[in-house]
Amino acid sequence: MASRFEVCLAGQGGQGLILAGLILAEAAVLDGKNATMTQSYGAEQRGGASHSEVIISDGDIDYPRVLKTDLLVALSQEAFDNFHHEVKKEGIILTDSHLVEKKSGDGLIALPIVETAKGAAGSGAASNMVALGLIAGLTKIVSCKALHKAIDARSPRGTQRSNRWAFKAGFDLAKTISPKAKRKA
Amino acid sequence: MPDNQKPRLMQGNEAVAEGALAAGIGFYAGYPISPANEISSILSARLPRKGGIFLQMEDEIASIAAVIGASLGGARAATATSGPGFSLMQENIGYAVAAEIPCVVINVQRAGPSTGQPTSPSQGDVMQSRWGTHGDHPIIVLCPSSVIECYLITLRAFNLAEKYRIPVIILMDEVVGHLRERVELPPPEEVVARPKPTVPPEWYFPYDEAAGLVPPLVSFGEGYRYHVTGLYHDIAGFPTQREDEIEPWFERLFEKIEANREDIIQVDEEAMEDAEVALVAYGAPVRSARHALRLAREEGKAVGLIKLLTLWPFPEARIAKLGHQVKKIIVPEMNRGQMVLEVQRVVAGRRPVIGVNRVGGQMVSPYQILELLEA
Repeated sequence: MASRFEVCLAGQGGQGLILAGLILAEAAVLDGKNATMTQSYGAEQRGGASHSEVIISDGDIDYPRVLKTDLLVALSQEAFDNFHHEVKKEGIILTDSHLVEKKSGDGLIALPIVETAKGAAGSGAASNMVALGLIAGLTKIVSCKALHKAIDARSPRGTQRSNRWAFKAGFDLAKTISPKAKRKA
Repeated sequence: MPDNQKPRLMQGNEAVAEGALAAGIGFYAGYPISPANEISSILSARLPRKGGIFLQMEDEIASIAAVIGASLGGARAATATSGPGFSLMQENIGYAVAAEIPCVVINVQRAGPSTGQPTSPSQGDVMQSRWGTHGDHPIIVLCPSSVIECYLITLRAFNLAEKYRIPVIILMDEVVGHLRERVELPPPEEVVARPKPTVPPEWYFPYDEAAGLVPPLVSFGEGYRYHVTGLYHDIAGFPTQREDEIEPWFERLFEKIEANREDIIQVDEEAMEDAEVALVAYGAPVRSARHALRLAREEGKAVGLIKLLTLWPFPEARIAKLGHQVKKIIVPEMNRGQMVLEVQRVVAGRRPVIGVNRVGGQMVSPYQILELLEA
Protein backbone atom coordinates (compact mmCIF):
# COMPACT_ATOMS: atom_id res chain seq x y z
CA MET A 1 0.00 0.00 0.00
CA ALA A 2 1.33 3.43 -0.92
CA SER A 3 2.58 5.41 2.05
CA ARG A 4 0.16 7.89 3.57
CA PHE A 5 1.09 10.97 5.53
CA GLU A 6 -1.84 11.94 7.74
CA VAL A 7 -2.27 15.43 9.13
CA CYS A 8 -4.93 16.59 11.55
CA LEU A 9 -5.34 20.33 12.14
CA ALA A 10 -7.64 20.87 15.10
CA GLY A 11 -8.83 23.78 17.16
CA GLN A 12 -11.65 26.27 17.41
CA GLY A 13 -13.79 27.60 14.59
CA GLY A 14 -12.30 30.88 13.39
CA GLN A 15 -8.65 29.87 13.87
CA GLY A 16 -8.38 29.14 10.16
CA LEU A 17 -7.39 25.51 10.45
CA ILE A 18 -9.76 24.38 7.71
CA LEU A 19 -8.16 26.96 5.42
CA ALA A 20 -4.71 25.75 6.54
CA GLY A 21 -5.71 22.19 5.61
CA LEU A 22 -6.93 23.37 2.23
CA ILE A 23 -3.66 25.23 1.57
CA LEU A 24 -1.60 22.23 2.65
CA ALA A 25 -3.54 19.91 0.33
CA GLU A 26 -3.33 22.37 -2.57
CA ALA A 27 0.41 22.67 -2.06
CA ALA A 28 0.76 18.87 -2.15
CA VAL A 29 -1.10 18.78 -5.47
CA LEU A 30 1.17 21.55 -6.79
CA ASP A 31 4.09 19.30 -5.79
CA GLY A 32 2.57 16.61 -8.03
CA LYS A 33 1.36 14.43 -5.17
CA ASN A 34 -2.08 13.14 -4.36
CA ALA A 35 -3.94 14.76 -1.51
CA THR A 36 -7.35 14.69 0.08
CA MET A 37 -8.77 17.18 2.53
CA THR A 38 -11.87 16.81 4.67
CA GLN A 39 -13.32 19.06 7.29
CA SER A 40 -15.39 18.75 10.37
CA TYR A 41 -17.13 21.66 11.99
CA GLY A 42 -20.26 22.70 13.79
CA ALA A 43 -23.04 24.88 12.45
CA GLU A 44 -21.49 28.05 13.91
CA GLN A 45 -19.15 30.35 11.96
CA ARG A 46 -16.84 31.02 14.95
CA GLY A 47 -16.16 29.05 18.09
CA GLY A 48 -17.00 25.41 18.53
CA ALA A 49 -14.69 22.54 17.77
CA SER A 50 -13.41 22.44 14.22
CA HIS A 51 -10.77 20.44 12.45
CA SER A 52 -9.51 19.46 9.04
CA GLU A 53 -7.75 16.30 7.95
CA VAL A 54 -5.25 16.12 5.11
CA ILE A 55 -3.89 12.90 3.64
CA ILE A 56 -0.89 13.17 1.34
CA SER A 57 0.38 10.24 -0.70
CA ASP A 58 2.28 9.40 -3.87
CA GLY A 59 -0.37 6.78 -4.68
CA ASP A 60 -4.17 6.60 -4.60
CA ILE A 61 -5.91 7.74 -1.45
CA ASP A 62 -9.00 5.69 -0.68
CA TYR A 63 -9.95 6.42 2.90
CA PRO A 64 -9.80 10.21 3.20
CA ARG A 65 -9.89 10.44 6.98
CA VAL A 66 -7.08 10.09 9.48
CA LEU A 67 -6.48 6.54 10.74
CA LYS A 68 -3.15 7.03 12.54
CA THR A 69 -1.97 10.63 12.68
CA ASP A 70 1.55 11.51 11.57
CA LEU A 71 1.19 15.15 12.46
CA LEU A 72 -1.33 16.74 14.80
CA VAL A 73 -1.65 20.50 15.12
CA ALA A 74 -3.78 21.21 18.20
CA LEU A 75 -4.66 24.83 18.92
CA SER A 76 -7.07 24.26 21.79
CA GLN A 77 -7.14 22.10 24.89
CA GLU A 78 -10.23 20.30 23.58
CA ALA A 79 -8.47 19.56 20.28
CA PHE A 80 -5.43 18.20 22.10
CA ASP A 81 -7.58 16.07 24.40
CA ASN A 82 -9.64 14.68 21.52
CA PHE A 83 -6.91 13.88 19.05
CA HIS A 84 -3.53 13.30 20.74
CA HIS A 85 -4.22 9.63 21.37
CA GLU A 86 -4.67 9.03 17.61
CA VAL A 87 -1.09 10.11 16.87
CA LYS A 88 1.45 7.48 15.85
CA LYS A 89 4.18 6.67 18.33
CA GLU A 90 6.74 8.29 16.04
CA GLY A 91 4.38 11.14 15.09
CA ILE A 92 4.51 14.84 15.94
CA ILE A 93 2.08 16.76 18.15
CA LEU A 94 2.38 20.48 17.58
CA THR A 95 0.58 22.71 20.07
CA ASP A 96 0.47 26.29 21.20
CA SER A 97 2.28 26.58 24.53
CA HIS A 98 -0.37 28.93 25.98
CA LEU A 99 -3.63 27.70 24.45
CA VAL A 100 -2.99 24.11 25.47
CA GLU A 101 -2.09 23.98 29.15
CA LYS A 102 -2.37 20.30 29.98
CA LYS A 103 -0.24 18.40 27.54
CA SER A 104 2.19 15.52 27.48
CA GLY A 105 3.20 12.69 25.23
CA ASP A 106 5.82 11.47 22.79
CA GLY A 107 6.60 13.86 19.98
CA LEU A 108 5.09 16.86 21.74
CA ILE A 109 6.29 20.23 20.50
CA ALA A 110 4.81 23.23 22.30
CA LEU A 111 5.55 26.63 20.80
CA PRO A 112 4.13 30.14 21.13
CA ILE A 113 2.26 29.95 17.82
CA VAL A 114 -0.28 32.69 18.50
CA GLU A 115 2.36 35.02 19.94
CA THR A 116 4.57 34.41 16.91
CA ALA A 117 1.66 35.30 14.62
CA LYS A 118 1.04 38.52 16.57
CA GLY A 119 4.71 39.42 16.36
CA ALA A 120 5.11 38.65 12.66
CA ALA A 121 1.76 39.64 11.21
CA GLY A 122 0.32 41.87 13.92
CA SER A 123 -2.56 39.50 14.54
CA GLY A 124 -3.21 36.13 16.10
CA ALA A 125 -5.46 35.46 13.10
CA ALA A 126 -2.32 34.46 11.19
CA SER A 127 -1.67 31.54 13.58
CA ASN A 128 -2.71 29.15 10.84
CA MET A 129 0.06 30.53 8.60
CA VAL A 130 2.61 30.12 11.41
CA ALA A 131 1.41 26.53 11.73
CA LEU A 132 1.94 25.97 7.99
CA GLY A 133 5.46 27.44 8.31
CA LEU A 134 6.15 25.03 11.16
CA ILE A 135 4.84 22.09 9.12
CA ALA A 136 7.15 23.07 6.25
CA GLY A 137 10.07 23.42 8.66
CA LEU A 138 9.46 20.24 10.63
CA THR A 139 8.59 17.88 7.78
CA LYS A 140 9.32 17.47 4.11
CA ILE A 141 5.78 16.56 3.09
CA VAL A 142 5.31 19.68 0.96
CA SER A 143 7.77 22.10 -0.59
CA CYS A 144 8.03 25.71 0.56
CA LYS A 145 7.68 26.78 -3.05
CA ALA A 146 4.30 25.06 -3.37
CA LEU A 147 3.15 26.41 -0.01
CA HIS A 148 4.11 29.96 -0.98
CA LYS A 149 2.06 29.63 -4.15
CA ALA A 150 -0.92 28.09 -2.37
CA ILE A 151 -0.86 30.71 0.42
CA ASP A 152 -0.71 33.57 -2.08
CA ALA A 153 -3.62 32.11 -4.04
CA ARG A 154 -5.80 31.67 -0.95
CA SER A 155 -4.98 34.93 0.84
CA PRO A 156 -7.66 37.59 0.64
CA ARG A 157 -6.48 40.88 -0.86
CA GLY A 158 -4.44 42.84 1.64
CA THR A 159 -3.35 39.84 3.69
CA GLN A 160 -0.80 38.28 1.35
CA ARG A 161 2.20 40.08 2.84
CA SER A 162 1.25 39.48 6.46
CA ASN A 163 0.49 35.84 5.70
CA ARG A 164 3.92 35.42 4.10
CA TRP A 165 5.58 36.97 7.14
CA ALA A 166 3.65 34.69 9.48
CA PHE A 167 4.57 31.65 7.38
CA LYS A 168 8.24 32.63 7.41
CA ALA A 169 8.14 33.21 11.17
CA GLY A 170 6.73 29.70 11.61
CA PHE A 171 9.37 28.26 9.31
CA ASP A 172 12.15 30.02 11.27
CA LEU A 173 10.63 28.92 14.56
CA ALA A 174 10.95 25.31 13.42
CA LYS A 175 14.73 25.79 13.22
CA THR A 176 14.82 26.24 16.99
CA ILE A 177 13.56 22.68 17.47
CA SER A 178 16.21 20.07 18.14
CA PRO A 179 16.68 17.57 15.31
CA LYS A 180 15.66 14.73 17.64
CA ALA A 181 12.25 16.29 18.21
CA LYS A 182 11.65 16.56 14.50
CA ARG A 183 11.42 12.78 14.23
CA LYS A 184 9.89 12.06 10.82
CA ALA A 185 11.38 15.16 9.19
CA MET B 1 -4.52 22.38 -21.81
CA PRO B 2 -7.46 24.59 -20.75
CA ASP B 3 -7.21 25.84 -17.16
CA ASN B 4 -10.07 23.78 -15.84
CA GLN B 5 -8.54 20.53 -17.12
CA LYS B 6 -5.23 20.94 -15.25
CA PRO B 7 -4.77 18.71 -12.21
CA ARG B 8 -6.04 20.54 -9.17
CA LEU B 9 -7.58 20.10 -5.79
CA MET B 10 -11.34 20.23 -6.14
CA GLN B 11 -14.26 19.73 -3.80
CA GLY B 12 -17.08 17.27 -4.53
CA ASN B 13 -19.75 19.98 -4.50
CA GLU B 14 -17.56 22.11 -6.77
CA ALA B 15 -17.26 19.19 -9.19
CA VAL B 16 -21.06 18.87 -9.23
CA ALA B 17 -21.31 22.54 -10.21
CA GLU B 18 -18.64 22.02 -12.90
CA GLY B 19 -20.49 18.94 -14.15
CA ALA B 20 -23.77 20.85 -14.31
CA LEU B 21 -22.11 23.63 -16.31
CA ALA B 22 -20.52 21.09 -18.64
CA ALA B 23 -23.93 19.46 -19.08
CA GLY B 24 -25.35 22.77 -20.28
CA ILE B 25 -27.42 23.70 -17.23
CA GLY B 26 -29.56 26.73 -18.05
CA PHE B 27 -31.52 27.15 -14.84
CA TYR B 28 -30.88 26.58 -11.16
CA ALA B 29 -33.21 27.33 -8.27
CA GLY B 30 -32.44 26.50 -4.67
CA TYR B 31 -32.62 27.38 -1.02
CA PRO B 32 -29.51 27.45 1.20
CA ILE B 33 -28.72 24.36 3.27
CA SER B 34 -25.59 22.63 4.58
CA PRO B 35 -23.82 20.61 3.31
CA ALA B 36 -24.95 21.44 -0.24
CA ASN B 37 -24.32 25.20 -0.23
CA GLU B 38 -21.17 25.26 -2.36
CA ILE B 39 -23.18 24.02 -5.34
CA SER B 40 -25.54 27.03 -5.16
CA SER B 41 -22.82 29.48 -4.35
CA ILE B 42 -20.67 28.46 -7.33
CA LEU B 43 -23.60 28.35 -9.75
CA SER B 44 -24.87 31.74 -8.51
CA ALA B 45 -21.61 33.24 -9.76
CA ARG B 46 -21.01 31.14 -12.86
CA LEU B 47 -24.44 30.41 -14.32
CA PRO B 48 -25.55 34.02 -15.04
CA ARG B 49 -22.21 34.63 -16.78
CA LYS B 50 -23.07 31.82 -19.18
CA GLY B 51 -26.46 33.35 -19.88
CA GLY B 52 -28.28 31.00 -17.52
CA ILE B 53 -30.61 31.86 -14.68
CA PHE B 54 -29.93 31.42 -10.97
CA LEU B 55 -32.77 31.94 -8.53
CA GLN B 56 -32.68 31.76 -4.77
CA MET B 57 -36.22 30.77 -3.88
CA GLU B 58 -38.20 31.19 -0.68
CA ASP B 59 -37.94 27.49 0.16
CA GLU B 60 -37.30 24.06 -1.31
CA ILE B 61 -40.90 23.50 -2.46
CA ALA B 62 -40.67 26.62 -4.58
CA SER B 63 -37.19 25.59 -5.77
CA ILE B 64 -38.26 22.27 -7.26
CA ALA B 65 -41.42 23.90 -8.67
CA ALA B 66 -39.31 26.53 -10.42
CA VAL B 67 -36.99 23.84 -11.77
CA ILE B 68 -39.92 21.90 -13.23
CA GLY B 69 -41.29 25.05 -14.85
CA ALA B 70 -37.91 25.97 -16.29
CA SER B 71 -37.49 22.49 -17.72
CA LEU B 72 -40.86 22.76 -19.46
CA GLY B 73 -39.54 26.04 -20.81
CA GLY B 74 -36.66 24.16 -22.40
CA ALA B 75 -33.82 24.66 -19.93
CA ARG B 76 -31.72 21.95 -18.43
CA ALA B 77 -32.65 22.58 -14.82
CA ALA B 78 -31.48 21.46 -11.39
CA THR B 79 -31.68 22.11 -7.68
CA ALA B 80 -29.50 20.99 -4.77
CA THR B 81 -30.42 20.42 -1.17
CA SER B 82 -29.97 18.14 1.83
CA GLY B 83 -32.30 15.94 3.90
CA PRO B 84 -34.78 18.50 5.28
CA GLY B 85 -35.10 20.21 1.90
CA PHE B 86 -35.28 16.88 0.09
CA SER B 87 -38.29 15.98 2.23
CA LEU B 88 -40.02 19.20 1.19
CA MET B 89 -39.36 18.48 -2.49
CA GLN B 90 -40.94 15.03 -2.53
CA GLU B 91 -44.43 16.01 -3.69
CA ASN B 92 -43.14 17.90 -6.71
CA ILE B 93 -40.62 15.21 -7.55
CA GLY B 94 -43.66 12.95 -7.99
CA TYR B 95 -45.24 15.62 -10.18
CA ALA B 96 -42.18 15.61 -12.44
CA VAL B 97 -42.28 11.80 -12.59
CA ALA B 98 -45.97 11.78 -13.53
CA ALA B 99 -45.79 14.67 -15.97
CA GLU B 100 -42.47 13.28 -17.31
CA ILE B 101 -40.47 16.46 -16.95
CA PRO B 102 -36.68 16.11 -16.95
CA CYS B 103 -34.84 17.62 -13.99
CA VAL B 104 -31.91 16.94 -11.70
CA VAL B 105 -32.23 16.97 -7.92
CA ILE B 106 -29.03 16.80 -5.88
CA ASN B 107 -29.27 15.64 -2.27
CA VAL B 108 -26.04 15.95 -0.30
CA GLN B 109 -27.09 13.76 2.60
CA ARG B 110 -26.47 14.89 6.15
CA ALA B 111 -27.30 13.08 9.35
CA GLY B 112 -31.02 12.88 10.08
CA PRO B 113 -33.92 12.47 10.74
CA SER B 114 -35.14 16.05 11.10
CA THR B 115 -32.48 18.76 11.40
CA GLY B 116 -30.02 16.08 12.50
CA GLN B 117 -26.41 17.11 12.06
CA PRO B 118 -26.11 19.73 9.31
CA THR B 119 -22.38 19.25 8.79
CA SER B 120 -22.02 15.49 9.27
CA PRO B 121 -22.45 12.71 6.74
CA SER B 122 -25.13 10.05 6.51
CA GLN B 123 -26.74 7.78 3.97
CA GLY B 124 -30.13 7.83 5.62
CA ASP B 125 -32.04 8.91 2.51
CA VAL B 126 -31.46 5.87 0.29
CA MET B 127 -35.00 4.56 0.60
CA GLN B 128 -36.42 8.08 0.56
CA SER B 129 -34.70 8.70 -2.77
CA ARG B 130 -36.51 5.62 -4.08
CA TRP B 131 -39.90 5.97 -2.40
CA GLY B 132 -40.02 9.48 -0.94
CA THR B 133 -42.81 10.69 -3.17
CA HIS B 134 -46.18 8.98 -2.91
CA GLY B 135 -47.59 6.57 -5.44
CA ASP B 136 -46.04 3.76 -7.43
CA HIS B 137 -43.35 5.24 -9.65
CA PRO B 138 -39.97 4.68 -11.29
CA ILE B 139 -36.98 6.89 -10.50
CA ILE B 140 -33.29 7.15 -11.35
CA VAL B 141 -30.83 7.67 -8.49
CA LEU B 142 -27.07 8.00 -9.04
CA CYS B 143 -24.38 8.04 -6.37
CA PRO B 144 -20.76 9.30 -6.58
CA SER B 145 -17.94 8.24 -4.26
CA SER B 146 -15.16 10.54 -5.45
CA VAL B 147 -14.73 14.06 -6.72
CA ILE B 148 -14.24 13.02 -10.34
CA GLU B 149 -17.37 10.88 -10.08
CA CYS B 150 -19.27 13.94 -8.81
CA TYR B 151 -18.40 15.59 -12.11
CA LEU B 152 -19.11 12.60 -14.36
CA ILE B 153 -22.31 11.56 -12.60
CA THR B 154 -23.72 15.08 -12.75
CA LEU B 155 -23.04 15.18 -16.46
CA ARG B 156 -24.73 11.82 -16.81
CA ALA B 157 -27.70 12.81 -14.63
CA PHE B 158 -28.65 15.66 -16.95
CA ASN B 159 -28.38 13.42 -19.99
CA LEU B 160 -30.44 10.60 -18.44
CA ALA B 161 -33.10 13.05 -17.27
CA GLU B 162 -33.51 14.35 -20.81
CA LYS B 163 -33.29 10.93 -22.43
CA TYR B 164 -35.94 9.34 -20.22
CA ARG B 165 -37.99 12.42 -19.25
CA ILE B 166 -37.66 11.71 -15.58
CA PRO B 167 -36.23 13.39 -12.48
CA VAL B 168 -32.74 12.08 -11.78
CA ILE B 169 -31.57 12.25 -8.19
CA ILE B 170 -27.88 12.55 -7.38
CA LEU B 171 -27.60 11.06 -3.92
CA MET B 172 -24.38 12.29 -2.36
CA ASP B 173 -23.22 12.42 1.23
CA GLU B 174 -21.41 15.11 3.21
CA VAL B 175 -18.09 13.28 2.95
CA VAL B 176 -18.12 13.20 -0.84
CA GLY B 177 -19.70 16.68 -1.11
CA HIS B 178 -17.05 18.32 1.06
CA LEU B 179 -14.14 16.05 0.17
CA ARG B 180 -11.37 17.79 -1.69
CA GLU B 181 -9.06 15.73 -3.83
CA ARG B 182 -6.88 15.94 -6.91
CA VAL B 183 -8.78 15.74 -10.17
CA GLU B 184 -8.23 16.27 -13.84
CA LEU B 185 -11.49 17.08 -15.59
CA PRO B 186 -11.99 15.52 -19.02
CA PRO B 187 -12.61 17.80 -22.00
CA PRO B 188 -16.29 18.77 -22.15
CA GLU B 189 -18.64 16.71 -24.31
CA GLU B 190 -21.15 18.12 -26.71
CA VAL B 191 -24.55 18.72 -25.11
CA VAL B 192 -27.27 16.79 -26.89
CA ALA B 193 -30.33 18.95 -27.50
CA ARG B 194 -33.82 17.79 -26.59
CA PRO B 195 -35.29 15.87 -29.55
CA LYS B 196 -37.94 17.79 -31.50
CA PRO B 197 -41.22 16.24 -32.66
CA THR B 198 -41.49 15.43 -36.33
CA VAL B 199 -45.20 16.23 -36.45
CA PRO B 200 -47.00 19.56 -36.74
CA PRO B 201 -48.51 21.08 -33.56
CA GLU B 202 -52.02 19.74 -34.18
CA TRP B 203 -50.66 16.18 -34.32
CA TYR B 204 -48.36 16.46 -31.29
CA PHE B 205 -49.20 14.43 -28.20
CA PRO B 206 -46.62 14.61 -25.40
CA TYR B 207 -47.70 11.30 -23.82
CA ASP B 208 -48.36 9.23 -26.91
CA GLU B 209 -46.72 5.80 -26.84
CA ALA B 210 -46.98 5.69 -30.61
CA ALA B 211 -44.07 8.16 -30.49
CA GLY B 212 -41.99 5.63 -28.52
CA LEU B 213 -41.37 4.75 -24.88
CA VAL B 214 -40.15 8.30 -24.36
CA PRO B 215 -42.20 10.64 -26.56
CA PRO B 216 -40.37 13.88 -27.39
CA LEU B 217 -41.08 16.82 -25.09
CA VAL B 218 -41.60 20.16 -26.78
CA SER B 219 -40.58 23.21 -24.81
CA PHE B 220 -43.27 25.76 -24.00
CA GLY B 221 -43.27 28.69 -26.34
CA GLU B 222 -42.41 26.74 -29.47
CA GLY B 223 -45.95 26.76 -30.80
CA TYR B 224 -47.04 23.33 -29.57
CA ARG B 225 -49.96 23.47 -27.13
CA TYR B 226 -50.45 20.72 -24.60
CA HIS B 227 -51.63 20.24 -21.07
CA VAL B 228 -49.49 19.34 -18.05
CA THR B 229 -50.99 17.85 -14.92
CA GLY B 230 -50.23 15.57 -12.02
CA LEU B 231 -53.58 13.88 -12.55
CA TYR B 232 -53.69 10.68 -14.58
CA HIS B 233 -53.76 11.98 -18.12
CA ASP B 234 -54.41 10.97 -21.71
CA ILE B 235 -51.93 11.24 -24.57
CA ALA B 236 -52.61 14.97 -24.88
CA GLY B 237 -51.99 15.51 -21.17
CA PHE B 238 -55.61 16.13 -20.18
CA PRO B 239 -57.04 14.44 -17.06
CA THR B 240 -58.68 11.09 -17.66
CA GLN B 241 -60.39 8.43 -15.56
CA ARG B 242 -60.50 5.87 -18.35
CA GLU B 243 -58.66 2.74 -17.39
CA ASP B 244 -57.87 1.98 -21.04
CA GLU B 245 -55.95 5.26 -21.16
CA ILE B 246 -54.40 5.09 -17.71
CA GLU B 247 -53.03 1.54 -17.93
CA PRO B 248 -50.94 1.99 -21.08
CA TRP B 249 -49.56 5.25 -19.69
CA PHE B 250 -48.62 3.62 -16.41
CA GLU B 251 -47.09 0.69 -18.27
CA ARG B 252 -44.99 3.02 -20.42
CA LEU B 253 -43.93 5.13 -17.40
CA PHE B 254 -42.28 2.06 -15.88
CA GLU B 255 -41.24 0.37 -19.10
CA LYS B 256 -39.15 3.32 -20.31
CA ILE B 257 -36.86 2.67 -17.34
CA GLU B 258 -37.17 -1.15 -17.11
CA ALA B 259 -36.41 -1.67 -20.80
CA ASN B 260 -33.32 0.51 -20.50
CA ARG B 261 -31.79 -0.87 -17.32
CA GLU B 262 -28.54 -1.65 -19.14
CA ASP B 263 -28.17 1.93 -20.27
CA ILE B 264 -29.03 3.41 -16.89
CA ILE B 265 -27.29 1.05 -14.49
CA GLN B 266 -23.61 1.63 -13.87
CA VAL B 267 -21.65 -0.69 -11.60
CA ASP B 268 -17.86 -0.80 -11.26
CA GLU B 269 -15.96 -3.74 -9.93
CA GLU B 270 -12.49 -4.35 -8.62
CA ALA B 271 -10.62 -7.57 -7.83
CA MET B 272 -13.78 -9.64 -8.26
CA GLU B 273 -12.24 -12.34 -10.52
CA ASP B 274 -11.08 -14.55 -7.64
CA ALA B 275 -12.99 -12.91 -4.78
CA GLU B 276 -14.48 -15.05 -2.04
CA VAL B 277 -15.87 -12.06 -0.18
CA ALA B 278 -17.61 -9.21 -2.02
CA LEU B 279 -17.90 -5.73 -0.55
CA VAL B 280 -20.93 -3.96 -2.02
CA ALA B 281 -20.71 -0.21 -1.44
CA TYR B 282 -21.86 3.19 -2.69
CA GLY B 283 -20.89 6.75 -1.78
CA ALA B 284 -18.31 7.44 0.93
CA PRO B 285 -18.23 3.82 2.22
CA VAL B 286 -16.67 2.87 -1.14
CA ARG B 287 -13.57 4.65 0.14
CA SER B 288 -13.62 2.66 3.38
CA ALA B 289 -14.23 -0.56 1.44
CA ARG B 290 -11.35 0.05 -1.02
CA HIS B 291 -8.98 0.78 1.85
CA ALA B 292 -10.06 -2.43 3.58
CA LEU B 293 -9.76 -4.34 0.29
CA ARG B 294 -6.15 -3.25 -0.21
CA LEU B 295 -5.16 -4.17 3.34
CA ALA B 296 -6.91 -7.54 3.01
CA ARG B 297 -5.28 -8.29 -0.35
CA GLU B 298 -1.85 -7.57 1.17
CA GLU B 299 -2.62 -10.40 3.58
CA GLY B 300 -3.64 -12.63 0.70
CA LYS B 301 -7.35 -12.51 1.39
CA ALA B 302 -9.56 -12.83 -1.69
CA VAL B 303 -11.72 -9.75 -1.30
CA GLY B 304 -13.42 -7.85 -4.13
CA LEU B 305 -15.46 -4.69 -4.44
CA ILE B 306 -18.69 -3.93 -6.26
CA LYS B 307 -19.26 -0.18 -6.47
CA LEU B 308 -22.82 0.94 -7.17
CA LEU B 309 -22.89 4.17 -9.19
CA THR B 310 -26.59 3.68 -9.93
CA LEU B 311 -28.68 2.92 -6.84
CA TRP B 312 -32.10 2.95 -8.49
CA PRO B 313 -33.11 1.09 -10.55
CA PHE B 314 -31.27 -1.38 -8.33
CA PRO B 315 -28.54 -3.31 -10.19
CA GLU B 316 -30.32 -6.62 -9.61
CA ALA B 317 -28.65 -8.71 -12.31
CA ARG B 318 -25.08 -8.05 -11.11
CA ILE B 319 -25.92 -8.46 -7.42
CA ALA B 320 -27.89 -11.66 -8.04
CA LYS B 321 -24.75 -13.19 -9.61
CA LEU B 322 -22.94 -12.73 -6.30
CA GLY B 323 -25.20 -15.41 -4.88
CA HIS B 324 -23.25 -17.91 -6.99
CA GLN B 325 -19.90 -16.16 -7.18
CA VAL B 326 -18.67 -15.52 -3.63
CA LYS B 327 -18.99 -17.02 -0.15
CA LYS B 328 -19.97 -13.88 1.73
CA ILE B 329 -21.25 -10.38 0.94
CA ILE B 330 -20.58 -7.34 3.12
CA VAL B 331 -22.50 -4.08 2.70
CA PRO B 332 -20.99 -1.04 4.50
CA GLU B 333 -23.36 1.91 4.94
CA MET B 334 -23.57 5.14 6.92
CA ASN B 335 -27.05 4.23 8.13
CA ARG B 336 -28.67 1.39 10.08
CA GLY B 337 -28.88 -0.78 6.97
CA GLN B 338 -30.91 0.28 3.94
CA MET B 339 -29.28 -0.98 0.73
CA VAL B 340 -28.32 -4.20 2.53
CA LEU B 341 -32.03 -5.06 2.40
CA GLU B 342 -32.02 -4.90 -1.40
CA VAL B 343 -28.86 -6.99 -1.60
CA GLN B 344 -30.44 -9.58 0.71
CA ARG B 345 -33.62 -9.59 -1.37
CA VAL B 346 -31.74 -10.25 -4.59
CA VAL B 347 -29.21 -12.75 -3.18
CA ALA B 348 -32.27 -14.49 -1.71
CA GLY B 349 -30.55 -16.42 1.05
CA ARG B 350 -28.01 -18.16 -1.21
CA ARG B 351 -25.11 -16.52 0.64
CA PRO B 352 -24.82 -14.59 3.92
CA VAL B 353 -25.26 -10.83 3.41
CA ILE B 354 -23.93 -8.81 6.32
CA GLY B 355 -24.34 -5.10 6.90
CA VAL B 356 -21.63 -3.02 8.56
CA ASN B 357 -23.04 0.24 9.76
CA ARG B 358 -22.06 3.50 11.33
CA VAL B 359 -24.33 6.35 12.33
CA GLY B 360 -23.65 9.50 14.33
CA GLY B 361 -21.77 11.42 11.69
CA GLN B 362 -18.64 9.36 11.05
CA MET B 363 -17.42 7.35 8.07
CA VAL B 364 -17.45 3.57 8.25
CA SER B 365 -13.93 2.63 9.35
CA PRO B 366 -11.95 0.24 7.13
CA TYR B 367 -11.21 -1.71 10.32
CA GLN B 368 -14.93 -2.32 10.89
CA ILE B 369 -14.97 -4.05 7.52
CA LEU B 370 -11.74 -5.96 8.17
CA GLU B 371 -13.17 -7.32 11.42
CA LEU B 372 -16.03 -8.88 9.48
CA LEU B 373 -13.57 -10.62 7.16
CA GLU B 374 -12.17 -12.48 10.17
CA ALA B 375 -15.61 -13.60 11.32
